[in-house]
Amino acid sequence: MDNALFTANNVWMMVCTALVFFMHLGFSLLEAGLTRQKNTINILFKNLFIICGGLLVYYVVGFGLMYPGDFNGFIGFAGLGLDIPENGLTASYASGGYTYWTDFLFQGMFAATAATIVSGAVAERIKIHSFMLFSILYLAVVYPIVGSWQWGGGFLSTIGESFGNSGGFHDFAGSTLVHSVGGWAALIVVMLLGPRIGKFDTNGKSKAIPGHNIPIATTGVLILWLGWFGFNGGSVLNADPALTSLVLVTTSLSAAAGGFGAFIVSSIKFRNFDVTMFMNGILGGLVGITAGADLMSPLESILIGLISGALVVIAVSWIDRLKLDDPVGAIAVHLFCGVWGTLAVGIFGDKAGWDQLLYQSIGVVAIGAFCCLFAFLFGILVNSLFGIRVSKREEVEGLDIYEHGMDAYADFRTNDH
Amino acid sequence: MKKIEAIIRKSKFDDVKKALHSIQVNFFSYWDVTGVGNEKQGHVYRGIEYSTSDIPRRYLVVVVSDHFLEKTLNTLIESAITGEVGDGKIFVSHVEQTIRIRTGESGSAALN
Repeated sequence: MDNALFTANNVWMMVCTALVFFMHLGFSLLEAGLTRQKNTINILFKNLFIICGGLLVYYVVGFGLMYPGDFNGFIGFAGLGLDIPENGLTASYASGGYTYWTDFLFQGMFAATAATIVSGAVAERIKIHSFMLFSILYLAVVYPIVGSWQWGGGFLSTIGESFGNSGGFHDFAGSTLVHSVGGWAALIVVMLLGPRIGKFDTNGKSKAIPGHNIPIATTGVLILWLGWFGFNGGSVLNADPALTSLVLVTTSLSAAAGGFGAFIVSSIKFRNFDVTMFMNGILGGLVGITAGADLMSPLESILIGLISGALVVIAVSWIDRLKLDDPVGAIAVHLFCGVWGTLAVGIFGDKAGWDQLLYQSIGVVAIGAFCCLFAFLFGILVNSLFGIRVSKREEVEGLDIYEHGMDAYADFRTNDH
Repeated sequence: MKKIEAIIRKSKFDDVKKALHSIQVNFFSYWDVTGVGNEKQGHVYRGIEYSTSDIPRRYLVVVVSDHFLEKTLNTLIESAITGEVGDGKIFVSHVEQTIRIRTGESGSAALN
């Protein structure tokens, strides 16, 4: 391969790596903004912990588990840490797309995003020790093993062979492998934790607990959209002009349509222009297109986005009705739209068809079952070690003071809730 | 001398300030307060309706000479009224003494 092309490909992949890194700022701001000011230090601490812990865990075991080389298709391990192959820095390593180092860092940034999804859903009531241990275990075991089933060349990538076909599960950038992996864990831990004090009154009626900084949350959403250019654009795994530009178009159109879908449905359903639903709709559109961003036409990506946005609003109400408390809407965005986007690959785009829809469903169910099982086990484990939930007093007065002994707005407090 | 304490809508503050200036009431203090009252503010957050009885208002204090009280009160009411629930209230009380710190002037002379 031409060395100039190899260099250009690798530069694009490093830019995408940086954009995916930037998504952690987006998640931090979104989660901080949609929760109350008394828990801001706690949210920010968790987000910093995940990017640092996630990357280190991915270095120690994650990369080796997720890309084991030749393996049985279910679980394999290439070894601890990084062990650069002889051709790791040449064009022959990954068809000239990137070097071994770029490969590790790009994948490592992805790994951390899966745990960040949990952070928002369990906000304002989980014990910090429990959260830290849970996310390390989840990132060390569940994310890379599930990832190996598809991106590591495991059984899902060739699932069509079981049915006498050549195809397999398709998840371009991780609607299922990243977003629903985080979403399932969020769902399970939210069920184990129970709702925040004051979320449901004695009659079981849902109460609003408004987030404390909507401008910050909005900033977070727009940063996430920017980061998604790297998340999806980098998942092309080289700088192929045709495919990268298509992926950026489908990604953006779906995000825009997701925002529209959500604000239209929420304004009809609830008779107000709720900016937080608009935000969740944009993110839903982004999550929804992620599985098939390389396969869709612009019009199809708009349809996927519109449905994602509408789905987010409906899912937020469902989750409320089930007495589950997700302060930031992470389950609606990452789980519901992650599953929808994955199934959409069998309905729209170049691979649409009953066979593909079957493979997509198998992937959703297999990964969902594995994620739920381990999230449950790890949840029970941390609960028996530390207790999963903070004391009532701590929750009412704020996690910042009790878990961290700090105040996010020390000299800038206007309201005590 | 009388002290006038008025709780008014924040949105009417500029009108009130202008009106008071126009009758030569140039000095007064104000601060933002939160109170509860008859007005309920309807909100919807993520599909859940809620109402808050915490109402933000502006609280201002003017001290005037006795003979100026009625004019000031009329001006305040005219400039602060909208006719809707929540326009606020005015309290008037007697003031024993006023002293300007810089000069030591007291009584009405210290007011302007």
